[in-house]
Amino acid sequence: MTGGLDEVVLEARDIVKQYGGTHALKGVNFEIRAGTVTTLFGENGAGKSTLMKILSGVEQPTSGDIVLDGEPVVFTSTTDARDRGISIIHQELSLAPNLSVRDNIFMGREIRGPFGVDYAEETRQTRVLLEEMQFRIEPETLVSDLRVGQQQIIEIARALSVNSRILIMDEPTSALAAAEVEILFTIIHDLTARGVAIVYISHHLEEALEVTDHAVVLRDGAMTAKDERANIDLEWIVRNMVGENFDLGSPPSGYEFGETVLSVQGLRVLDRENAERVVVNDLDLSVRAGEIVCLYGLMGAGRTELLEAIAGREPVESGTIELDGRPLARESIAERIALGVGLVPEDRQRDGLVQTFDVGSNLTLASLRDSVVKGLISPRVEKSRSEHLIRTVTVKTPGPELPIGSLSGGNQQKVVIGKVVATEPRVMLLDEPSRGIDIGAKAEVFNLLADRAREGLAVVYSTSEVGECLSIAHRIIVLRRGQISAEFGPDATKEMIMAASGEAVAA
Amino acid sequence: MTTTIMTITENKKKFSITKLLIEGRAFLALILIIIVFSMLSPNYLTTGNVLIMASHVAIYAILGMGMLLVVLNGGIDLSVGSTLGFSAVIAGFLMQGVPLTIFGVVLYPSVPVVVIISCGVGAAIGFVNGFLISRFNVAPFVATLGMLYVVRGFALLMTNGLTINKLSGDSELGNTGFAWLGFNRIFNIPIGVLIMGIIAIVLGLILSRSVFGRWLYASGGNERAAELSGVPVRGVKIWVYVVSGICASIAGLILASTLTSASPTAGNTYELTAIAAVVIGGASLMGGRGSVKGTLLGAFVIGFLSDGLVIVGVSAYWQMVFIGAVIVIAVLLNSLQYGRRRRPAKAKSATATPSTTPPATSSQNLPTPVGKD
Repeated sequence: MTGGLDEVVLEARDIVKQYGGTHALKGVNFEIRAGTVTTLFGENGAGKSTLMKILSGVEQPTSGDIVLDGEPVVFTSTTDARDRGISIIHQELSLAPNLSVRDNIFMGREIRGPFGVDYAEETRQTRVLLEEMQFRIEPETLVSDLRVGQQQIIEIARALSVNSRILIMDEPTSALAAAEVEILFTIIHDLTARGVAIVYISHHLEEALEVTDHAVVLRDGAMTAKDERANIDLEWIVRNMVGENFDLGSPPSGYEFGETVLSVQGLRVLDRENAERVVVNDLDLSVRAGEIVCLYGLMGAGRTELLEAIAGREPVESGTIELDGRPLARESIAERIALGVGLVPEDRQRDGLVQTFDVGSNLTLASLRDSVVKGLISPRVEKSRSEHLIRTVTVKTPGPELPIGSLSGGNQQKVVIGKVVATEPRVMLLDEPSRGIDIGAKAEVFNLLADRAREGLAVVYSTSEVGECLSIAHRIIVLRRGQISAEFGPDATKEMIMAASGEAVAA
Repeated sequence: MTTTIMTITENKKKFSITKLLIEGRAFLALILIIIVFSMLSPNYLTTGNVLIMASHVAIYAILGMGMLLVVLNGGIDLSVGSTLGFSAVIAGFLMQGVPLTIFGVVLYPSVPVVVIISCGVGAAIGFVNGFLISRFNVAPFVATLGMLYVVRGFALLMTNGLTINKLSGDSELGNTGFAWLGFNRIFNIPIGVLIMGIIAIVLGLILSRSVFGRWLYASGGNERAAELSGVPVRGVKIWVYVVSGICASIAGLILASTLTSASPTAGNTYELTAIAAVVIGGASLMGGRGSVKGTLLGAFVIGFLSDGLVIVGVSAYWQMVFIGAVIVIAVLLNSLQYGRRRRPAKAKSATATPSTTPPATSSQNLPTPVGKD
């Protein structure tokens, strides 16, 4: 495509971005080279997404220049940026699920024939494109029939079909299984070999290290460090990201576990979409008061379904669930909450928060009756309750009346946890509580859980990052195809856990 | 943190005029309508005329407030116009006397009984709507569209398409007093307007202060999150349609009493007026946003505008054009107000650290075309 590899194709010079009186970016400088992967590291709110929006033409910088092939440029829109060879693949995929792979790739720039769209030519070009990426799929397949990982590849194919020289990937692996991540990395290697420059953003630091050539670290809108792959390691990134040493904590100790709170026997749950598939298969699990259990497994291992079955969201095929010795069978979600089952769902935007509510109303939603005085909600009681909850779960917000959307991902997650804490649960189930939140907030969330456990709460959390198993959990349970494949104490190693999950085989 | 709060207040100050225009739009429109028509006609702003217009408004407002609950839930109720007509016909039918052929007697229920039965019928229609929508996942638009036809059909069948004119009752039979709803006044205020006021206060209190109200806003804002927080979303959904049905019946009774006749075609297309009132009042058809105050204002805007046009002698055809334009402008302003908030995920990723986010977001929430920074 362009000249030599390693040539600077895009450069950001002193980029400053202001929103109102706040500086989201305070003079960022870096360059992107052809045929290499540049990774942007930084916590949530460090300014990565803002920077990407500027590079891809979604927003304009307040001051500073974007230099493309040595010429300063101003992108007026994303289309403008795309016409100049810059494409962005967003965290949330932007494919139309009701259309075929081919129609998605040519969306908005259909090839015209004598009788409307020239589908044959589009199909041919799609096939060539996919073959180049060594991705075997028929161009006529509906996107909704593809797995998330495959859809991601279609997004990349679409970006390549417009001859992108610079490809920005925002959290491309967050929804992928380990095997799909491998495929993505192979594609990234192919692309760089062809001279495409890639800007990569990810919360999975180890993964990003595996694929990157250059690293740029942002903190609070300023660039704190920049170096080549050969000179950096995980510790370097983390140090520059948070500016201090941290760890995700260790299992709380110095107390005895109480009685068994949650007991699951022979649980079987079927896939809602596909009744042939058993997602949780004859599973036994018991958790005692004060105990923290980590559920580790790949995507589709049955973690979400197990937690949702306990919470009453997913119908149970057979088996029993007992809370404090009381069987739960036909109880509704509301009744289970009253009995002491609290679920922090995986997707907090979709299942956790009411976006039209402020912070306070979200916090008190599950325990609304505690704010009722003489039959009506008392604004005074509610305000003091939500302020108390904000302190309990350490949400960083000026007050409960702020819109929920104004908080960062980590603080939104704390609001969801606070909402569950307010129901005074006996057992708290957290589905991927660290998903999409930065490392500092992660540590705070785990700390919070450890404190609760010390007070006698039984905690079950699921994760797909091995590092998170080896933090506060007293017991690590590895799920594989709906069954428990291994159980470890806190002294397990990452290798042992990954092997038990089937990850080593997949990689 | 203090600097943050300062920036917020600064932002608020900066945009206060635009904000006022957007949020107080229904109120400003109403003021404008009153000023314009009082200049055009000396009879417009007289106590007598305002009270007459208010009693017209009451019908729309009562329907609109029921509709508001449904819209807050993210649904829509197209059957209210038919329900209005049907309950008027039911009332008329009962006032004529119910012949029980087996016993050879004719039953004349008293007016309170007639009112309760009519409202019960409205509630039942609402229940069917709610049941279809919440249990069988029928789209609200389709379920209530079906009921619109079914209920209207029953109303026409019951009277063979004729209007029942004798609603006054007979003092010997002890069923007089139906006209009270439409003709009497307390402190010179028509009963219909008073009923509108009572419903507004009760529903306003329910929405702002009761657990049910919060449940309604939550399930309209994000049904999945509400359900996982223990909100009985199906129950809430059934109830809003029941309340909407009851409101339609009350409006039907008032209308029949005012006209001293029960026509099976009464309330035709009133569901659209009710939706218009809700929309002009600033509610979001996506659910989760809206208020009783806004809907009342919306109803007043429609009522005062159309009556004003009649008074100044504008033709009925032009009235339709004007009201249509008002609805379109209202929807336009709605999308300016809410459009940018629909995707919270985007707003989140655009922001910086938690302490710096509020100003960024508050500026984003403002409508872009009018915001000028």
